[in-house]
Amino acid sequence: MDLKMIIFQLIFSYLATVSFAVTLNIPRSALNLCGLIGALGWLVYKSLYLVHTGIVLANLVAALVIGLSSVIAARLKKKPMILFNVPSLVPLVPGGQAYRAIYYFAFKNDNLALRYLVEAGMIAGAISMGFFLAELGAQMYFKLANSTKK
Amino acid sequence: MKDADLIIETTLLAGKIMIENGADMARVDDTLKRIARNSGITDPAIFETTTGIMMSVKGAHAQVVSIQRRRIDLERIARVNDISRAYQEKKKTLLEVNQYLKNLEQTAPDFKVYWLVLAAGIVGCTLEIMYGGSWRDFLPTFCLSALGYYIFYLINTRFRVKFASEFIAALVIGFLAIFCVRSGIAKSYGMIIIGSVMPLVPGVPLTNAVRDLLAGHILSGLARATEGLLSAVAIGMGIAFVLRFF
Repeated sequence: MDLKMIIFQLIFSYLATVSFAVTLNIPRSALNLCGLIGALGWLVYKSLYLVHTGIVLANLVAALVIGLSSVIAARLKKKPMILFNVPSLVPLVPGGQAYRAIYYFAFKNDNLALRYLVEAGMIAGAISMGFFLAELGAQMYFKLANSTKK
Repeated sequence: MKDADLIIETTLLAGKIMIENGADMARVDDTLKRIARNSGITDPAIFETTTGIMMSVKGAHAQVVSIQRRRIDLERIARVNDISRAYQEKKKTLLEVNQYLKNLEQTAPDFKVYWLVLAAGIVGCTLEIMYGGSWRDFLPTFCLSALGYYIFYLINTRFRVKFASEFIAALVIGFLAIFCVRSGIAKSYGMIIIGSVMPLVPGVPLTNAVRDLLAGHILSGLARATEGLLSAVAIGMGIAFVLRFF
């Protein structure tokens, strides 16, 4: 993948995140930051995917990065974290796997269908695990920061 | 105890708006307790689920509010959050907060329908390219995801049947995608369908479900997970129906 392709993917992930944010009726002041976090998450996912870490780990780390940047963005803008992390994960949604599962179910190839269904489930689990780890990390950090201040 | 009644009413109203628009329970709990504590109630007893909230204070009548509809609108959640912070910093009085929350349905800005439809189109076509689809399918995906979202929006706002909207939108998307490929406009109906159903994906309920479960709100978490899964299954049924019979 060359530089042109990377920039191109970044622009598209930014656009996708911002437009998904619009369909969720996000406050206008948060739109731009949302797009940047979405592009960052996709960049992390794509680079990990290209060095063959496996699709689940790539999703987990990308979700972790999105979660941590959402915590920072929420602190900066003094807005709920949900505004930033939900739109940013839209490029990571396992749409391809879910589609293939349905495709093979419709054509009575249950073995392949179940394989893709499990894969979609594992990706969804990895994303929520990443968010969970991000939140845990943020809480631990703020606890430590508060206790050293006192 | 007129004052306590007003405190409970305001707190419940804030909670109702937040849950109706798709906030996670940990945040709702946090905001409601903050409003109650800042009003001088030291130990508020609040029980919230995705379908109703109960709150009682010693010495006043308990109140219950039921939540009939649920949708995704993060603007209003952010506004309730802002007003509760302003109340904490003593910039607003309780009565002002109450008035603000009552008028929030009208005063908060919504995007116009054509912006929503345009945005849904962009979500679909950009994701189609990002997932490795071909440029020939770019324009059909844009049109289909915009059309699919418009149908979804129309059914959701006109009728009160939640899962039919996803099913019918997916049905139309799948049917037209196959039609596009058969008539030679587009190349791969799989990629078009994957891109086009993306704006309908129940991302917020599923994310919230996991967060609720991990935060210990098991009841709300399971309710949300069921809601998200039913939406996902409705989309899948629509697509499977088209693939099977055409």
